[in-house]
Amino acid sequence: MTGEVIVFWTLAPLTVLAALGMLLVKKAVHSAILLAFVMIALAVFYLIQEAPFLGVVQIVVYTGAVMMLFLFILMLVGVDSSDSLVENIKGLRGVAIFTSLAFAAALTSLIARATTGRDPVGLEIANGNGNVQGLAGLIFGTYVWAFEIISALLITAALGAMVLAHTQKSPEARLSQRVRATARFRGESIGTAAGLPGSGVFARHNAVDVPALLPDGTPSDLSISNLIAQRGDVQEVKRYSLEGLPKLDGEDKK
Amino acid sequence: MSEYASILLDDPVWMIIVKGLLVFILCVLLTLAAVYGERKIVARMQLRVGPNRAGPGGMLVSLADGVKLALKEDIIPKAADRIVFILAPVISAATCFLAFAVIPMTGVVSFFGEETIMQLTDIPVGVLYVLAATSIGVYGIVLAGWSSGSTYPLLGGLRSSAQVISYEIAMGLSFVAVFMYAGSMSTGDIVQAQSQWWNAVVLFPSFVIYVISMVGETNRAPFDLAEAEGELVGGFHTEYSSLKFALFFLAEYVNIIAVSALATTLFLGGPSAPPGLGFTESWLGGWFTFIWFLLKVFLFFFLFVWLRGTLPRLRYDQFMKFGWKVLIPVSVAWILVVATLRLLTQEGASQFIIAAFTGGVVLAVLIATSLYESSKKKAEDAARYVPEMPAPKFPVPALPKAKIEEVE
Repeated sequence: MTGEVIVFWTLAPLTVLAALGMLLVKKAVHSAILLAFVMIALAVFYLIQEAPFLGVVQIVVYTGAVMMLFLFILMLVGVDSSDSLVENIKGLRGVAIFTSLAFAAALTSLIARATTGRDPVGLEIANGNGNVQGLAGLIFGTYVWAFEIISALLITAALGAMVLAHTQKSPEARLSQRVRATARFRGESIGTAAGLPGSGVFARHNAVDVPALLPDGTPSDLSISNLIAQRGDVQEVKRYSLEGLPKLDGEDKK
Repeated sequence: MSEYASILLDDPVWMIIVKGLLVFILCVLLTLAAVYGERKIVARMQLRVGPNRAGPGGMLVSLADGVKLALKEDIIPKAADRIVFILAPVISAATCFLAFAVIPMTGVVSFFGEETIMQLTDIPVGVLYVLAATSIGVYGIVLAGWSSGSTYPLLGGLRSSAQVISYEIAMGLSFVAVFMYAGSMSTGDIVQAQSQWWNAVVLFPSFVIYVISMVGETNRAPFDLAEAEGELVGGFHTEYSSLKFALFFLAEYVNIIAVSALATTLFLGGPSAPPGLGFTESWLGGWFTFIWFLLKVFLFFFLFVWLRGTLPRLRYDQFMKFGWKVLIPVSVAWILVVATLRLLTQEGASQFIIAAFTGGVVLAVLIATSLYESSKKKAEDAARYVPEMPAPKFPVPALPKAKIEEVE
């Protein structure tokens, strides 16, 4: 038994199990981990079949970058998100089954055409000048057009995604700190230059939904957050007035 | 096939096993030394003494640390995803050793009568293999962050995945010039290609880019945003304790040593002696080269500690901007320059053309930097600009003379 056979028969069943598990486990992140395992196992197969460049690039690009982005999205979506089994788009299941069958048929025919009636010769001749050099000759020699067209397509796709996802920041947000500070002191009222009054800060109540009282006893609307005012949750100051003490109203003074 | 690979090819199986074991032991010992060294050096930089209790000069502090960690209670949070929670530190610690398989640590030496090199294997894509190993290692951090089932670790995991992907691009690009110069991706060939000049001199911009991105890649200060204690408590390892935390600890230090060893291999001539000291390479039957290798690795490790002792942590957006808008474009431009120069020399272009090209590049860099400086100055002026605003309606303190007359 050669090393190649031992590696293949230990890793291949594990890979198949992981691939099945990827389909069957409930949590999306577990699925992603199993997929990463399958990718790494594939890379090892490439390595033992004398394609070291392909194997290493498989890990760097797919496991290291693409799967990592997948994982990134999954983690952003939610810590306990599990796959929903409800069909959101009508007929999606049918399309999926058809596509996977077609893909399986295409793969089978490809492998059959490549292997039946031919003796595998291995990569020895192709790797004659070294694996990397051989690949480079193919990519930048024989198939240079296909390679360039695919790379142009990928760059276009990446640019398109960036353009679609890009949002223009409003010019207000770009005002520098200095401009904003100046604007505050040259604005309409010096009264708020040092910041707006805090809400409800007096002895009888202390909450965000009660206006602060100005020195002359009038409640100040500025002390309440716009959000609370819009929801209509602002409490009236009157409620906190006590018997025998000046009214907490300010209405009479206005 | 490279010379290194053919020397390594006839290694008997027992020797490969012994070498693997030695690499493992070396990594663990270096980690112990590194923990002690870091604490001592940082202490010196902060005018402290540092650890001085366990052993002479506090040398056993990392052992004591290890025992303390191992004896602590092992906690798995209720909200954690148990399997992934246990798997994550294992992935982290297992992958960090992989890189050392392709690092040549000595020149040609005699090992129990066999002529060999202290390097496990010399594959034709050795350097990319190191990149692949580190990219699997990130899974440990990301999965640890996710599986802990709490917010800070999740944020730390997300940060580190974005960070490592971004800086891996810059790191990969910094390799390209080295590959072109050596004509190979195998570590052995790259070391041999530096027999005249080290790459750190010839390909200085690549060297700088690699050194910056290696700090980003290992999550170390000033790029340690994944575990920024001021913002994320402990980042991805907040929920970890005891041996599982110890594994992360080990992985971090082994990773630092691994990227330092790779930097040594790619840019400082690996185990070869510094220029002018070539006669030392044959001392102790070639084993003296191992000391040179270790010294170079320690040099990089000292740089790591120095950075930690000197620089404050970057803000996350600045850090990402630096990676994507500075490091990557600069390395792409540098690769173009190197490729052109390489092609010109290979095609036998006249000295005049090469000199003209180099001069043109230098001129372009100068113009670009001066344009950048002037645009930066403009931006600073724009930030200082105060727009005209109407005079305030409320009384103001006395203004300069001209205005006072107006008021009166």
